[in-house]
Amino acid sequence: MSGAHGSTVSRIFIPGDSRIHRLPSETKLVAVVAAVVVMAVTPRQEVVAFVLYAVGAWSVIAMTGIGLATYVKRLAVIIPFVLFAVIVPFLGGGESVQVVGVSLSVDGLWATWNILVKAGLGATLSIALSATTRVPELLHGLTRLRVPRLLVAIIAFMLRYIDVLVEQLGRMRRSMVARGHDPRWLWQVKPIASSAGALFVRSYERGERVHQAMLARGYSGVMPVVTDRQASLREWLSVMLYPLVFVVVLVVAVM
Amino acid sequence: MHAPDGFLQPSVALVTAILSIGVLALGLRHAGRELGDRQVPLAGVAAAFIFAAQMVNFPVAAGTTGHLLGGALAAVLLGPWVGMLVVSVVVIVQALLFADGGLTALGYNTLNMAIVTAFGGWAAFLLMRKVMPRTSGGVVGAGAVAAGISVVLSAAAFSIEWLFGASAPVAFDTVFGAMVGVHVLIGIGEAVLTGLVLSAVMASRPDLVIGAQHLTHDELAAKSRVGMRPFLIGSVFAAVVVGVVISQFAASSPDGLERVAIDNGFAESASDHIFGSSVFSDYATAGVSNESLSLAVAGIAGIAVTLLVGGGVLSASRSVRRRQMA
Repeated sequence: MSGAHGSTVSRIFIPGDSRIHRLPSETKLVAVVAAVVVMAVTPRQEVVAFVLYAVGAWSVIAMTGIGLATYVKRLAVIIPFVLFAVIVPFLGGGESVQVVGVSLSVDGLWATWNILVKAGLGATLSIALSATTRVPELLHGLTRLRVPRLLVAIIAFMLRYIDVLVEQLGRMRRSMVARGHDPRWLWQVKPIASSAGALFVRSYERGERVHQAMLARGYSGVMPVVTDRQASLREWLSVMLYPLVFVVVLVVAVM
Repeated sequence: MHAPDGFLQPSVALVTAILSIGVLALGLRHAGRELGDRQVPLAGVAAAFIFAAQMVNFPVAAGTTGHLLGGALAAVLLGPWVGMLVVSVVVIVQALLFADGGLTALGYNTLNMAIVTAFGGWAAFLLMRKVMPRTSGGVVGAGAVAAGISVVLSAAAFSIEWLFGASAPVAFDTVFGAMVGVHVLIGIGEAVLTGLVLSAVMASRPDLVIGAQHLTHDELAAKSRVGMRPFLIGSVFAAVVVGVVISQFAASSPDGLERVAIDNGFAESASDHIFGSSVFSDYATAGVSNESLSLAVAGIAGIAVTLLVGGGVLSASRSVRRRQMA
Protein backbone atom coordinates (compact mmCIF):
# COMPACT_ATOMS: atom_id res chain seq x y z
CA MET A 1 0.00 0.00 0.00
CA SER A 2 2.87 2.35 0.51
CA GLY A 3 4.95 4.19 -1.99
CA ALA A 4 3.44 2.82 -5.14
CA HIS A 5 0.23 4.79 -4.83
CA GLY A 6 2.13 7.86 -3.73
CA SER A 7 -0.65 10.13 -2.67
CA THR A 8 -0.05 13.75 -1.86
CA VAL A 9 3.52 14.75 -1.29
CA SER A 10 5.29 12.30 -3.54
CA ARG A 11 3.26 13.48 -6.51
CA ILE A 12 4.22 17.14 -6.25
CA PHE A 13 7.62 16.67 -7.80
CA ILE A 14 7.46 15.87 -11.48
CA PRO A 15 10.64 14.13 -12.63
CA GLY A 16 12.43 15.82 -15.44
CA ASP A 17 15.77 17.11 -16.57
CA SER A 18 15.01 20.67 -17.55
CA ARG A 19 17.31 23.57 -16.73
CA ILE A 20 14.84 24.54 -14.01
CA HIS A 21 15.03 21.06 -12.49
CA ARG A 22 18.80 21.23 -12.29
CA LEU A 23 19.07 24.62 -10.57
CA PRO A 24 20.11 24.56 -6.91
CA SER A 25 16.93 24.75 -4.83
CA GLU A 26 17.90 27.80 -2.77
CA THR A 27 18.39 29.92 -5.88
CA LYS A 28 14.99 28.87 -7.20
CA LEU A 29 13.37 29.69 -3.87
CA VAL A 30 14.86 33.16 -3.64
CA ALA A 31 14.18 33.96 -7.29
CA VAL A 32 10.54 32.89 -7.06
CA VAL A 33 9.91 34.80 -3.83
CA ALA A 34 11.60 37.91 -5.25
CA ALA A 35 9.62 37.74 -8.50
CA VAL A 36 6.32 37.22 -6.65
CA VAL A 37 7.06 40.18 -4.37
CA VAL A 38 7.75 42.38 -7.40
CA MET A 39 4.45 41.31 -8.95
CA ALA A 40 2.55 41.89 -5.72
CA VAL A 41 3.75 45.49 -5.37
CA THR A 42 3.10 46.38 -9.03
CA PRO A 43 0.21 48.86 -9.34
CA ARG A 44 -2.75 47.09 -10.92
CA GLN A 45 -3.23 49.56 -13.76
CA GLU A 46 0.14 48.61 -15.29
CA VAL A 47 -1.48 46.08 -17.58
CA VAL A 48 1.53 45.86 -19.90
CA ALA A 49 3.79 44.98 -16.99
CA PHE A 50 1.47 42.12 -16.00
CA VAL A 51 1.40 40.85 -19.58
CA LEU A 52 5.21 40.75 -19.51
CA TYR A 53 5.16 39.01 -16.10
CA ALA A 54 2.76 36.46 -17.51
CA VAL A 55 5.08 35.83 -20.45
CA GLY A 56 7.91 35.41 -17.95
CA ALA A 57 5.97 33.08 -15.67
CA TRP A 58 4.57 30.94 -18.49
CA SER A 59 7.93 30.62 -20.20
CA VAL A 60 9.25 29.12 -16.95
CA ILE A 61 6.33 26.68 -16.88
CA ALA A 62 7.10 25.82 -20.51
CA MET A 63 10.78 25.30 -19.66
CA THR A 64 9.92 22.90 -16.83
CA GLY A 65 8.05 20.68 -19.27
CA ILE A 66 5.41 19.69 -16.71
CA GLY A 67 2.65 19.94 -19.27
CA LEU A 68 -0.32 22.23 -19.58
CA ALA A 69 -2.81 19.81 -17.99
CA THR A 70 -0.79 19.48 -14.78
CA TYR A 71 -0.28 23.21 -14.59
CA VAL A 72 -3.98 24.02 -15.00
CA LYS A 73 -4.97 21.33 -12.50
CA ARG A 74 -2.63 22.73 -9.88
CA LEU A 75 -3.75 26.27 -10.55
CA ALA A 76 -7.21 25.23 -9.38
CA VAL A 77 -6.28 25.88 -5.73
CA ILE A 78 -6.96 29.59 -6.18
CA ILE A 79 -10.55 29.00 -7.31
CA PRO A 80 -12.28 29.99 -4.02
CA PHE A 81 -10.63 33.39 -4.19
CA VAL A 82 -11.33 33.71 -7.88
CA LEU A 83 -14.99 33.27 -7.04
CA PHE A 84 -14.72 36.09 -4.52
CA ALA A 85 -12.93 38.26 -7.07
CA VAL A 86 -15.61 37.66 -9.67
CA ILE A 87 -18.47 38.87 -7.46
CA VAL A 88 -16.66 42.07 -6.47
CA PRO A 89 -17.79 44.15 -9.49
CA PHE A 90 -21.38 43.43 -8.52
CA LEU A 91 -20.86 44.55 -4.94
CA GLY A 92 -18.61 47.53 -5.46
CA GLY A 93 -19.78 51.08 -5.46
CA GLY A 94 -18.45 54.12 -7.28
CA GLU A 95 -18.42 54.64 -11.02
CA SER A 96 -20.04 51.92 -13.02
CA VAL A 97 -20.12 50.71 -16.57
CA GLN A 98 -22.89 48.93 -18.43
CA VAL A 99 -21.94 45.52 -19.76
CA VAL A 100 -24.75 43.82 -21.62
CA GLY A 101 -27.24 45.65 -19.48
CA VAL A 102 -25.60 44.84 -16.13
CA SER A 103 -24.10 47.64 -14.13
CA LEU A 104 -20.59 46.79 -12.97
CA SER A 105 -18.39 48.87 -10.72
CA VAL A 106 -15.27 50.08 -12.55
CA ASP A 107 -13.28 49.97 -9.35
CA GLY A 108 -14.58 46.49 -8.72
CA LEU A 109 -13.48 45.32 -12.16
CA TRP A 110 -9.99 46.64 -11.46
CA ALA A 111 -10.01 44.82 -8.12
CA THR A 112 -11.05 41.59 -9.84
CA TRP A 113 -8.24 41.97 -12.35
CA ASN A 114 -5.78 42.72 -9.54
CA ILE A 115 -6.67 39.62 -7.50
CA LEU A 116 -6.89 37.34 -10.52
CA VAL A 117 -3.61 38.36 -12.10
CA LYS A 118 -1.55 38.46 -8.91
CA ALA A 119 -2.99 35.25 -7.45
CA GLY A 120 -2.69 33.46 -10.79
CA LEU A 121 0.88 34.50 -11.53
CA GLY A 122 2.01 33.98 -7.92
CA ALA A 123 0.58 30.46 -7.96
CA THR A 124 2.17 29.84 -11.37
CA LEU A 125 5.67 30.51 -10.05
CA SER A 126 5.02 28.46 -6.89
CA ILE A 127 3.91 25.57 -9.09
CA ALA A 128 7.06 25.89 -11.19
CA LEU A 129 9.13 25.76 -7.99
CA SER A 130 7.42 22.82 -6.33
CA ALA A 131 7.09 20.73 -9.49
CA THR A 132 10.83 20.89 -10.22
CA THR A 133 12.32 20.57 -6.74
CA ARG A 134 12.53 17.32 -4.82
CA VAL A 135 11.39 17.65 -1.22
CA PRO A 136 14.83 16.83 0.31
CA GLU A 137 16.46 19.39 -1.99
CA LEU A 138 13.90 21.99 -0.98
CA LEU A 139 14.63 21.28 2.69
CA HIS A 140 18.37 21.59 2.15
CA GLY A 141 17.75 24.81 0.28
CA LEU A 142 15.81 26.13 3.26
CA THR A 143 18.65 25.12 5.59
CA ARG A 144 21.23 26.85 3.39
CA LEU A 145 19.05 29.96 3.44
CA ARG A 146 19.45 29.92 7.25
CA VAL A 147 15.87 28.96 8.02
CA PRO A 148 16.05 27.74 11.66
CA ARG A 149 16.86 24.02 11.83
CA LEU A 150 13.98 23.30 14.18
CA LEU A 151 11.51 24.65 11.65
CA VAL A 152 13.08 22.69 8.80
CA ALA A 153 13.08 19.54 10.94
CA ILE A 154 9.36 19.90 11.69
CA ILE A 155 8.67 20.51 7.98
CA ALA A 156 10.71 17.42 7.08
CA PHE A 157 8.82 15.16 9.46
CA MET A 158 5.53 16.64 8.40
CA LEU A 159 6.19 15.96 4.72
CA ARG A 160 7.36 12.46 5.55
CA TYR A 161 4.16 11.70 7.43
CA ILE A 162 1.51 13.31 5.24
CA ASP A 163 1.38 10.39 2.83
CA VAL A 164 1.51 7.87 5.67
CA LEU A 165 -1.44 9.59 7.32
CA VAL A 166 -3.47 10.05 4.17
CA GLU A 167 -3.02 6.40 3.27
CA GLN A 168 -3.95 5.28 6.77
CA LEU A 169 -7.02 7.52 6.64
CA GLY A 170 -7.95 5.89 3.34
CA ARG A 171 -7.59 2.42 4.85
CA MET A 172 -9.69 3.39 7.86
CA ARG A 173 -12.38 4.87 5.66
CA ARG A 174 -12.40 1.82 3.42
CA SER A 175 -12.78 -0.51 6.37
CA MET A 176 -15.60 1.65 7.74
CA VAL A 177 -17.39 1.55 4.41
CA ALA A 178 -16.84 -2.20 4.24
CA ARG A 179 -18.69 -2.45 7.55
CA GLY A 180 -21.68 -0.65 6.11
CA HIS A 181 -20.81 2.91 7.13
CA ASP A 182 -21.74 5.68 4.74
CA PRO A 183 -19.82 8.76 5.86
CA ARG A 184 -21.64 11.40 3.92
CA TRP A 185 -23.98 13.23 6.20
CA LEU A 186 -23.35 15.73 8.90
CA TRP A 187 -24.79 13.58 11.69
CA GLN A 188 -22.21 10.95 10.86
CA VAL A 189 -19.49 13.33 11.90
CA LYS A 190 -18.84 11.41 15.12
CA PRO A 191 -17.38 8.26 13.53
CA ILE A 192 -15.33 10.45 11.17
CA ALA A 193 -13.91 12.52 13.99
CA SER A 194 -13.39 9.46 16.19
CA SER A 195 -11.39 7.85 13.44
CA ALA A 196 -9.48 11.12 13.14
CA GLY A 197 -8.70 10.89 16.86
CA ALA A 198 -7.61 7.28 16.48
CA LEU A 199 -5.53 8.35 13.48
CA PHE A 200 -3.81 10.99 15.58
CA VAL A 201 -2.96 8.59 18.39
CA ARG A 202 -1.71 5.96 15.95
CA SER A 203 0.50 8.36 14.02
CA TYR A 204 1.77 9.88 17.25
CA GLU A 205 2.78 6.46 18.51
CA ARG A 206 4.26 5.62 15.14
CA GLY A 207 6.25 8.84 15.40
CA GLU A 208 7.58 7.75 18.76
CA ARG A 209 8.63 4.34 17.41
CA VAL A 210 10.22 5.78 14.29
CA HIS A 211 12.07 8.32 16.33
CA GLN A 212 13.51 5.64 18.59
CA ALA A 213 14.57 3.71 15.52
CA MET A 214 16.22 6.85 14.16
CA LEU A 215 18.04 7.44 17.45
CA ALA A 216 19.27 3.85 17.37
CA ARG A 217 20.75 4.57 13.94
CA GLY A 218 22.59 7.65 15.13
CA TYR A 219 20.13 10.48 14.49
CA SER A 220 21.38 13.56 16.29
CA GLY A 221 18.56 15.98 15.55
CA VAL A 222 19.82 16.88 12.08
CA MET A 223 19.31 14.88 8.94
CA PRO A 224 22.58 14.04 7.19
CA VAL A 225 23.06 15.89 3.93
CA VAL A 226 23.87 13.47 1.14
CA THR A 227 24.43 15.79 -1.76
CA ASP A 228 25.44 19.12 -0.38
CA ARG A 229 25.89 21.14 -3.50
CA GLN A 230 26.13 24.81 -2.69
CA ALA A 231 25.03 27.15 -5.44
CA SER A 232 28.01 28.83 -7.06
CA LEU A 233 28.18 32.57 -7.50
CA ARG A 234 27.66 32.12 -11.23
CA GLU A 235 24.49 30.12 -10.65
CA TRP A 236 23.20 32.73 -8.22
CA LEU A 237 23.86 35.51 -10.71
CA SER A 238 22.24 33.72 -13.63
CA VAL A 239 19.13 32.79 -11.63
CA MET A 240 18.78 36.23 -10.12
CA LEU A 241 18.57 37.66 -13.64
CA TYR A 242 15.02 36.33 -13.62
CA PRO A 243 13.57 38.48 -10.81
CA LEU A 244 15.80 41.30 -12.05
CA VAL A 245 13.88 41.29 -15.33
CA PHE A 246 10.68 41.63 -13.30
CA VAL A 247 12.18 44.57 -11.41
CA VAL A 248 13.19 46.24 -14.68
CA VAL A 249 9.67 45.75 -16.04
CA LEU A 250 8.23 47.28 -12.87
CA VAL A 251 10.58 50.28 -12.93
CA VAL A 252 9.99 50.96 -16.62
CA ALA A 253 6.22 50.61 -16.17
CA VAL A 254 6.01 52.97 -13.23
CA MET A 255 8.24 55.62 -14.77
CA MET B 1 -8.84 31.14 4.27
CA HIS B 2 -5.61 30.59 2.33
CA ALA B 3 -5.47 34.01 0.71
CA PRO B 4 -3.49 34.24 -2.54
CA ASP B 5 -0.95 36.88 -3.59
CA GLY B 6 -2.28 40.39 -3.95
CA PHE B 7 -5.36 39.81 -1.82
CA LEU B 8 -4.43 42.52 0.66
CA GLN B 9 -2.27 45.59 0.05
CA PRO B 10 1.52 45.11 0.10
CA SER B 11 1.79 47.30 3.21
CA VAL B 12 -0.43 44.92 5.19
CA ALA B 13 1.46 41.94 3.77
CA LEU B 14 4.73 43.50 4.96
CA VAL B 15 3.52 44.45 8.44
CA THR B 16 1.89 41.07 9.06
CA ALA B 17 4.99 39.30 7.70
CA ILE B 18 7.20 41.15 10.17
CA LEU B 19 4.76 40.36 12.99
CA SER B 20 4.56 36.70 12.04
CA ILE B 21 8.33 36.31 11.69
CA GLY B 22 8.75 37.92 15.11
CA VAL B 23 6.26 35.56 16.75
CA LEU B 24 7.77 32.56 14.93
CA ALA B 25 11.24 33.51 16.16
CA LEU B 26 9.92 33.81 19.72
CA GLY B 27 8.13 30.50 19.29
CA LEU B 28 11.28 28.78 18.07
CA ARG B 29 13.17 30.08 21.09
CA HIS B 30 10.49 28.86 23.50
CA ALA B 31 9.94 25.61 21.69
CA GLY B 32 13.67 25.00 21.43
CA ARG B 33 13.71 24.93 25.21
CA GLU B 34 10.42 23.07 25.68
CA LEU B 35 10.68 20.75 22.78
CA GLY B 36 13.06 17.96 23.50
CA ASP B 37 14.76 16.26 20.62
CA ARG B 38 12.09 13.66 21.06
CA GLN B 39 9.15 15.94 20.41
CA VAL B 40 10.37 17.25 17.05
CA PRO B 41 9.11 14.20 15.16
CA LEU B 42 5.89 14.39 17.13
CA ALA B 43 5.44 18.03 16.16
CA GLY B 44 5.97 16.93 12.57
CA VAL B 45 3.37 14.19 12.92
CA ALA B 46 0.93 16.70 14.41
CA ALA B 47 1.58 19.05 11.48
CA ALA B 48 0.94 16.22 9.03
CA PHE B 49 -2.23 15.37 10.93
CA ILE B 50 -3.53 18.92 10.75
CA PHE B 51 -2.59 19.09 7.08
CA ALA B 52 -4.56 15.90 6.41
CA ALA B 53 -7.46 17.13 8.53
CA GLN B 54 -7.55 20.40 6.58
CA MET B 55 -8.16 18.41 3.41
CA VAL B 56 -11.45 17.11 4.78
CA ASN B 57 -14.08 19.68 3.93
CA PHE B 58 -17.38 19.64 5.71
CA PRO B 59 -20.55 21.33 4.51
CA VAL B 60 -21.36 24.62 6.26
CA ALA B 61 -24.36 26.14 4.59
CA ALA B 62 -25.72 26.52 1.10
CA GLY B 63 -22.79 25.45 -1.01
CA THR B 64 -20.09 26.61 1.36
CA THR B 65 -17.66 24.17 2.85
CA GLY B 66 -15.25 24.72 5.67
CA HIS B 67 -12.28 22.81 6.87
CA LEU B 68 -10.55 22.40 10.19
CA LEU B 69 -8.05 25.16 10.97
CA GLY B 70 -6.59 23.14 13.81
CA GLY B 71 -4.89 25.95 15.69
CA ALA B 72 -6.79 25.45 18.93
CA LEU B 73 -6.51 21.66 18.66
CA ALA B 74 -2.74 21.93 18.21
CA ALA B 75 -2.46 24.36 21.13
CA VAL B 76 -4.42 22.10 23.49
CA LEU B 77 -2.50 19.00 22.38
CA LEU B 78 1.00 20.43 22.16
CA GLY B 79 0.90 23.68 24.12
CA PRO B 80 0.47 27.12 22.52
CA TRP B 81 4.05 27.69 21.32
CA VAL B 82 4.57 24.34 19.69
CA GLY B 83 0.98 24.38 18.46
CA MET B 84 1.54 27.74 16.81
CA LEU B 85 4.75 26.49 15.18
CA VAL B 86 3.02 23.37 13.93
CA VAL B 87 0.14 25.22 12.27
CA SER B 88 2.59 27.81 10.85
CA VAL B 89 4.54 24.96 9.27
CA VAL B 90 1.32 23.68 7.73
CA VAL B 91 0.54 27.10 6.27
CA ILE B 92 4.11 27.56 4.98
CA VAL B 93 4.23 24.13 3.35
CA GLN B 94 0.85 24.69 1.74
CA ALA B 95 2.15 27.88 0.15
CA LEU B 96 5.53 26.43 -0.85
CA LEU B 97 4.48 23.06 -2.21
CA PHE B 98 0.81 23.30 -3.04
CA ALA B 99 0.50 26.93 -4.19
CA ASP B 100 -2.33 27.06 -1.64
CA GLY B 101 -2.01 30.59 -0.31
CA GLY B 102 0.35 33.12 -1.89
CA LEU B 103 4.00 33.45 -0.97
CA THR B 104 3.59 37.18 -0.34
CA ALA B 105 0.40 36.42 1.60
CA LEU B 106 2.28 34.19 4.05
CA GLY B 107 2.45 37.04 6.57
CA TYR B 108 -1.26 37.41 7.03
CA ASN B 109 -2.08 33.78 6.37
CA THR B 110 0.27 32.68 9.15
CA LEU B 111 -1.01 35.40 11.46
CA ASN B 112 -4.68 34.54 10.89
CA MET B 113 -4.56 30.79 10.66
CA ALA B 114 -1.73 29.88 13.02
CA ILE B 115 -0.88 32.63 15.47
CA VAL B 116 -4.38 33.97 16.16
CA THR B 117 -5.96 30.51 16.33
CA ALA B 118 -3.24 28.95 18.51
CA PHE B 119 -2.89 31.74 21.06
CA GLY B 120 -6.49 32.93 20.90
CA GLY B 121 -7.62 29.33 21.17
CA TRP B 122 -5.24 28.68 24.07
CA ALA B 123 -6.48 31.75 26.00
CA ALA B 124 -10.10 30.75 25.37
CA PHE B 125 -9.23 27.21 26.47
CA LEU B 126 -7.72 28.43 29.76
CA LEU B 127 -10.79 30.57 30.41
CA MET B 128 -13.21 27.77 29.58
CA ARG B 129 -11.22 25.28 31.66
CA LYS B 130 -11.93 27.41 34.72
CA VAL B 131 -15.69 26.97 34.37
CA MET B 132 -15.59 23.34 33.34
CA PRO B 133 -15.27 20.43 35.77
CA ARG B 134 -11.77 19.14 36.42
CA THR B 135 -12.24 15.96 34.44
CA SER B 136 -11.20 14.80 31.02
CA GLY B 137 -14.70 15.71 29.86
CA GLY B 138 -14.07 19.23 31.05
CA VAL B 139 -10.86 19.43 29.02
CA VAL B 140 -12.64 18.15 25.93
CA GLY B 141 -15.48 20.62 26.37
CA ALA B 142 -13.14 23.54 26.98
CA GLY B 143 -11.07 22.56 23.93
CA ALA B 144 -14.16 22.34 21.75
CA VAL B 145 -15.52 25.74 22.76
CA ALA B 146 -12.05 27.29 22.43
CA ALA B 147 -11.73 25.86 18.93
CA GLY B 148 -15.01 27.45 17.89
CA ILE B 149 -13.93 30.79 19.33
CA SER B 150 -10.53 30.57 17.64
CA VAL B 151 -12.11 30.29 14.20
CA VAL B 152 -14.28 33.36 14.77
CA LEU B 153 -11.20 35.25 16.03
CA SER B 154 -9.34 34.27 12.90
CA ALA B 155 -12.14 35.61 10.70
CA ALA B 156 -12.27 38.82 12.74
CA ALA B 157 -8.51 39.24 12.37
CA PHE B 158 -8.80 38.88 8.61
CA SER B 159 -11.59 41.47 8.50
CA ILE B 160 -9.50 43.92 10.49
CA GLU B 161 -6.61 43.45 8.08
CA TRP B 162 -9.11 44.12 5.30
CA LEU B 163 -9.89 47.46 6.97
CA PHE B 164 -6.24 48.45 6.58
CA GLY B 165 -5.41 46.83 3.29
CA ALA B 166 -8.49 46.11 1.22
CA SER B 167 -7.73 45.36 -2.42
CA ALA B 168 -11.30 45.63 -3.63
CA PRO B 169 -14.14 48.11 -3.14
CA VAL B 170 -16.00 45.97 -0.66
CA ALA B 171 -16.77 47.75 2.59
CA PHE B 172 -15.37 46.50 5.88
CA ASP B 173 -18.90 45.91 7.17
CA THR B 174 -19.73 43.56 4.33
CA VAL B 175 -16.49 41.62 4.72
CA PHE B 176 -16.80 41.51 8.50
CA GLY B 177 -20.40 40.37 8.38
CA ALA B 178 -19.75 37.72 5.74
CA MET B 179 -16.46 36.45 7.17
CA VAL B 180 -17.58 36.29 10.78
CA GLY B 181 -21.03 35.01 9.87
CA VAL B 182 -19.69 32.13 7.78
CA HIS B 183 -16.96 31.39 10.29
CA VAL B 184 -19.41 31.12 13.16
CA LEU B 185 -20.81 28.15 11.24
CA ILE B 186 -17.34 26.83 10.42
CA GLY B 187 -16.53 27.35 14.10
CA ILE B 188 -19.32 24.96 15.08
CA GLY B 189 -17.76 22.34 12.82
CA GLU B 190 -14.33 23.10 14.24
CA ALA B 191 -15.69 22.81 17.79
CA VAL B 192 -17.37 19.46 17.11
CA LEU B 193 -14.34 17.98 15.33
CA THR B 194 -11.86 19.32 17.88
CA GLY B 195 -13.98 17.99 20.73
CA LEU B 196 -14.31 14.56 19.16
CA VAL B 197 -10.61 14.29 18.27
CA LEU B 198 -9.64 15.48 21.74
CA SER B 199 -11.96 13.00 23.41
CA ALA B 200 -10.53 10.18 21.31
CA VAL B 201 -6.99 11.14 22.29
CA MET B 202 -7.97 11.69 25.94
CA ALA B 203 -9.55 8.25 26.01
CA SER B 204 -6.40 6.40 25.02
CA ARG B 205 -3.40 8.65 25.66
CA PRO B 206 -4.27 11.53 28.02
CA ASP B 207 -0.52 11.97 28.64
CA LEU B 208 -0.20 13.39 25.12
CA VAL B 209 -2.55 16.28 25.84
CA ILE B 210 -0.74 19.31 27.26
CA GLY B 211 -4.04 20.97 28.09
CA ALA B 212 -4.86 18.11 30.46
CA GLN B 213 -1.61 18.13 32.40
CA HIS B 214 -3.17 19.96 35.33
CA LEU B 215 -5.39 16.96 36.01
CA THR B 216 -4.36 14.41 38.60
CA HIS B 217 -4.53 10.74 37.95
CA ASP B 218 -7.82 10.38 39.81
CA GLU B 219 -9.42 13.29 38.01
CA LEU B 220 -8.48 11.75 34.70
CA ALA B 221 -9.80 8.39 35.75
CA ALA B 222 -13.09 9.87 36.95
CA LYS B 223 -15.56 8.48 34.49
CA SER B 224 -17.43 11.54 33.37
CA ARG B 225 -19.53 11.41 30.30
CA VAL B 226 -20.92 14.73 31.49
CA GLY B 227 -18.43 16.37 29.16
CA MET B 228 -19.22 15.81 25.56
CA ARG B 229 -22.81 16.33 24.73
CA PRO B 230 -23.87 19.28 26.89
CA PHE B 231 -20.70 21.16 26.07
CA LEU B 232 -21.00 20.61 22.36
CA ILE B 233 -24.61 21.71 22.45
CA GLY B 234 -23.57 24.63 24.62
CA SER B 235 -20.85 25.66 22.19
CA VAL B 236 -23.22 25.49 19.25
CA PHE B 237 -25.69 27.59 21.20
CA ALA B 238 -23.02 30.13 22.15
CA ALA B 239 -21.81 30.33 18.55
CA VAL B 240 -25.32 30.92 17.26
CA VAL B 241 -25.92 33.65 19.84
CA VAL B 242 -22.63 35.33 18.98
CA GLY B 243 -23.38 35.02 15.27
CA VAL B 244 -26.83 36.54 15.62
CA VAL B 245 -25.53 39.43 17.70
CA ILE B 246 -22.66 40.11 15.31
CA SER B 247 -24.78 39.89 12.19
CA GLN B 248 -27.27 42.34 13.70
CA PHE B 249 -24.39 44.63 14.47
CA ALA B 250 -22.84 44.34 11.05
CA ALA B 251 -26.07 44.41 9.13
CA SER B 252 -27.32 47.60 10.74
CA SER B 253 -24.72 49.61 8.90
CA PRO B 254 -25.60 48.81 5.28
CA ASP B 255 -29.22 49.48 6.22
CA GLY B 256 -28.15 52.83 7.52
CA LEU B 257 -26.33 53.46 4.27
CA GLU B 258 -29.39 52.67 2.24
CA ARG B 259 -31.54 55.03 4.29
CA VAL B 260 -29.06 57.86 4.01
CA ALA B 261 -28.70 57.23 0.31
CA ILE B 262 -32.45 57.42 -0.14
CA ASP B 263 -32.86 60.45 2.10
CA ASN B 264 -30.07 62.46 0.58
CA GLY B 265 -30.28 61.07 -2.90
CA PHE B 266 -26.61 60.18 -2.76
CA ALA B 267 -25.91 63.82 -2.00
CA GLU B 268 -23.65 62.99 0.85
CA SER B 269 -20.07 63.19 -0.28
CA ALA B 270 -17.29 61.24 1.27
CA SER B 271 -16.96 62.95 4.57
CA ASP B 272 -13.69 63.36 6.37
CA HIS B 273 -13.61 61.55 9.63
CA ILE B 274 -11.48 62.11 12.62
CA PHE B 275 -9.32 59.09 11.99
CA GLY B 276 -8.21 60.39 8.63
CA SER B 277 -8.26 58.10 5.66
CA SER B 278 -4.54 57.54 5.46
CA VAL B 279 -4.37 54.68 7.92
CA PHE B 280 -7.42 52.76 6.83
CA SER B 281 -7.79 51.52 3.33
CA ASP B 282 -10.03 53.84 1.35
CA TYR B 283 -11.83 50.82 0.01
CA ALA B 284 -12.81 49.37 3.31
CA THR B 285 -14.38 52.60 4.50
CA ALA B 286 -15.50 54.07 1.18
CA GLY B 287 -19.21 53.95 0.67
CA VAL B 288 -19.93 53.28 4.31
CA SER B 289 -21.82 56.26 5.57
CA ASN B 290 -21.88 55.24 9.19
CA GLU B 291 -18.15 55.12 9.66
CA SER B 292 -18.20 55.53 13.40
CA LEU B 293 -20.29 52.39 13.75
CA SER B 294 -18.14 50.26 11.47
CA LEU B 295 -15.03 51.56 13.20
CA ALA B 296 -16.66 50.67 16.50
CA VAL B 297 -17.29 47.14 15.25
CA ALA B 298 -13.70 46.97 14.03
CA GLY B 299 -12.47 48.35 17.32
CA ILE B 300 -14.41 45.92 19.47
CA ALA B 301 -13.37 43.00 17.30
CA GLY B 302 -9.78 44.24 17.40
CA ILE B 303 -9.82 44.52 21.18
CA ALA B 304 -11.30 41.03 21.51
CA VAL B 305 -8.69 39.51 19.19
CA THR B 306 -5.83 41.39 20.83
CA LEU B 307 -6.91 40.56 24.38
CA LEU B 308 -7.33 36.87 23.71
CA VAL B 309 -4.25 36.44 21.52
CA GLY B 310 -2.13 38.62 23.80
CA GLY B 311 -3.47 36.78 26.84
CA GLY B 312 -2.60 33.50 25.19
CA VAL B 313 0.94 34.65 24.42
CA LEU B 314 1.39 35.96 27.96
CA SER B 315 0.12 32.88 29.74
CA ALA B 316 2.09 30.71 27.35
CA SER B 317 5.31 32.59 28.10
CA ARG B 318 4.66 32.56 31.82
CA SER B 319 3.73 28.94 32.12
CA VAL B 320 6.58 27.52 34.08
CA ARG B 321 5.31 24.07 33.50
CA ARG B 322 7.58 22.46 31.02
CA ARG B 323 6.56 19.52 29.10
CA GLN B 324 8.21 16.51 30.56
CA MET B 325 7.33 13.29 28.95
CA ALA B 326 8.46 10.33 30.88
